[in-house]
Amino acid sequence: MKAKMNSRGTMRRFAILAGVAAILLFGSARPAAAQDWFKTGTGLGVSKVRVAVPELGVRAATAPALEKTFHDVLWNDLDYSGVLELVSPSFYPAKTPTQPSELNAADWANAPVNANMLAYGNLSAEGTNLAVAGFLSDVHNPTAPIALQKIYRGAATDADARRLAHQFADDIIGRLSGGLPGVSQTQIAFVSSRSGNKEVWVMDYDGGNQHQLTHLKSVALTPRWSPDATRIAFTCFVPYRGVVSPQICLYSTVSNHMIAFPRFRGTNSSPAWSPEGTQLAFMSSQNGDSEIYVCDADGSHLQRITFAAGVSTSPVWNPKTGKQIVFVSDRAGDPVLYLANSDGTNVQRLDMPDMGYVVDPSWSPNGQLLTFCWRRPSGNFDIYVMDIVSRQLVELTRDEGRNERPSWAPDGRHIVFESTRTGTRQIWSMLADGSRPRQLTYEGQNESPSWSSR
Amino acid sequence: MRCGMFRSSALRSTLFSLFVVLGIFATIGGCGGKKHTASTAPVSTPPAAAVQPTVTLNASPTTVNPGASVTLTWSSANATDLSIDPSIGKVATEGSTPVTPTESTTYMITANGPGGTATATARVTVTGGAAVAPPTSGTPAGISELFAQNVRDAFFDFNKADIRADAREALTKDAEFLRTYPTVHITIEGHCDERGSTEYNLGLGARRAQAAKNYLTSLGISADRIDTVSWGKERPFCQESTEECWQQNRRGHFVMAK
Repeated sequence: MKAKMNSRGTMRRFAILAGVAAILLFGSARPAAAQDWFKTGTGLGVSKVRVAVPELGVRAATAPALEKTFHDVLWNDLDYSGVLELVSPSFYPAKTPTQPSELNAADWANAPVNANMLAYGNLSAEGTNLAVAGFLSDVHNPTAPIALQKIYRGAATDADARRLAHQFADDIIGRLSGGLPGVSQTQIAFVSSRSGNKEVWVMDYDGGNQHQLTHLKSVALTPRWSPDATRIAFTCFVPYRGVVSPQICLYSTVSNHMIAFPRFRGTNSSPAWSPEGTQLAFMSSQNGDSEIYVCDADGSHLQRITFAAGVSTSPVWNPKTGKQIVFVSDRAGDPVLYLANSDGTNVQRLDMPDMGYVVDPSWSPNGQLLTFCWRRPSGNFDIYVMDIVSRQLVELTRDEGRNERPSWAPDGRHIVFESTRTGTRQIWSMLADGSRPRQLTYEGQNESPSWSSR
Repeated sequence: MRCGMFRSSALRSTLFSLFVVLGIFATIGGCGGKKHTASTAPVSTPPAAAVQPTVTLNASPTTVNPGASVTLTWSSANATDLSIDPSIGKVATEGSTPVTPTESTTYMITANGPGGTATATARVTVTGGAAVAPPTSGTPAGISELFAQNVRDAFFDFNKADIRADAREALTKDAEFLRTYPTVHITIEGHCDERGSTEYNLGLGARRAQAAKNYLTSLGISADRIDTVSWGKERPFCQESTEECWQQNRRGHFVMAK
């Protein structure tokens, strides 16, 4: 836990953390083989697998720069996964294997390395082609079948060296985390102002390969990936009956074109996908008051589901069941979170232990946790996680600029968010316990991140 | 407190009624005397010189821009000398006169007579901007300038969409403008300051625009003349992170539809 604790809140915070940890330890009904990372993340003393990742061998005419890129990306992916502990290269022996026949397991199993696993291999470039042989060995059981061996193929370019490294990393994480997927090949959609207008951009989850998707030269906001990662729904400012107004826009990342969607009177914003990707929920003021509507992904069968004075917005579906939504409403004063069935019935307020302004909810992939932004009466905007059943809370950021608009990663282990801690608004990611915050964007103002499922 | 000013209107109207009643009795007494001559002594009429003066004062129009002319009209009974303040002075027992107030003014007429003194007031409100001439037909040329000069935005408190007193005043004047120019259609844009959630601010802006629209429709402006959109915090009017700038950005902004 990164957060500083003042003496006043310390006892209570420890109690909450212990409570959340206990809930997560005993509350999740998952087979023992698939370890829940979140338990590890709250510091319950479960030791992580120690992996050594030496530089790879360079065969034939491979440019050394490609190996460096591959190794840097691989190292970063494994290190940031949250489930592995990487052994510092300063402990590595002088002789590094580039294939299993060269492996001396004792070198890596014994002190000072004390590794459990070794990830290694070699790159060979032939003309414009690149092939990477990747291996993962259990150095305590070298005679057992090798954990992973695979050839990764692509172009002999920097971009492909990154791509192949991400693949190798995900394969390793998959093997060592008991089956929960890595996010090394996922992407983050976000809004950037760096082109002069707010447009939808996309980048790799580690901040690489940032590129512009939309060119509307207007204002684009609140992008959200569809569950199958083929479409992005967002808020766009476009004309409707002669008035430029907020509307729901859809972009296909398969065809790289906008997809048609109906426009409505008033203000229409904050689209969110159902878990099957067949429906959208969004805020619309087409009938006067700002309420939540649900429709099919093509805009048909529009149905209003909230009926209260004030603003109802930021709907998000439970990604596991699709049967509930959480949304933001100021019907009782300040905006706070409400839980309801996905048809709008059975609305319950999510009570918080303090006053303030609670916005921008995002569900964890297992449907058990919510992350959101809370501006308490003390004034700052910070990111919290709440267990939806027990309603217990953990604070993830504190005293470092304004931290807003969190979005959960598909592995349940990472959260991406906006932060102003450097003085400008940028996209940051962190582990879902608040540790390891990492800046992803640097140019222009960047906001509104959404993490793809794949 | 001016000399001779009869402050208590309640007392004045009571005395007025009393003298009216006595006056009526005097009249009846004079006319109906014959019927009662068999058994009553003749009723003598009270002296007419004791009747309390009455006076009325009207201003038209009651709201103008600086430099525009207002007509004051008055009439009186049982008064011998009358004067209007400020700046007009002695006037006849009835008449009218134009005035050009530079600021909001309460005109008072004082009517003196043998029976006493009466006063009346009329208030003229002067608002900023060029004179608004009611059109004879259609939408006049220069309507954009008139719109820019006369139509005011409504401002809001932090995290609120309530119509405050100053917003009520602005919206009331905006409604007057829209009544004067019935072909004008508008869009009300809801705006928010830079703090907080993009998504919630889109909703709050929509709520502000809708609140302003509802106020105008309650004053009789047809809803189909008004569109609302929210710009959330995306189109601020100033960029500083100060209370003053934040207040500038929390507004319902009026735009004339093309």
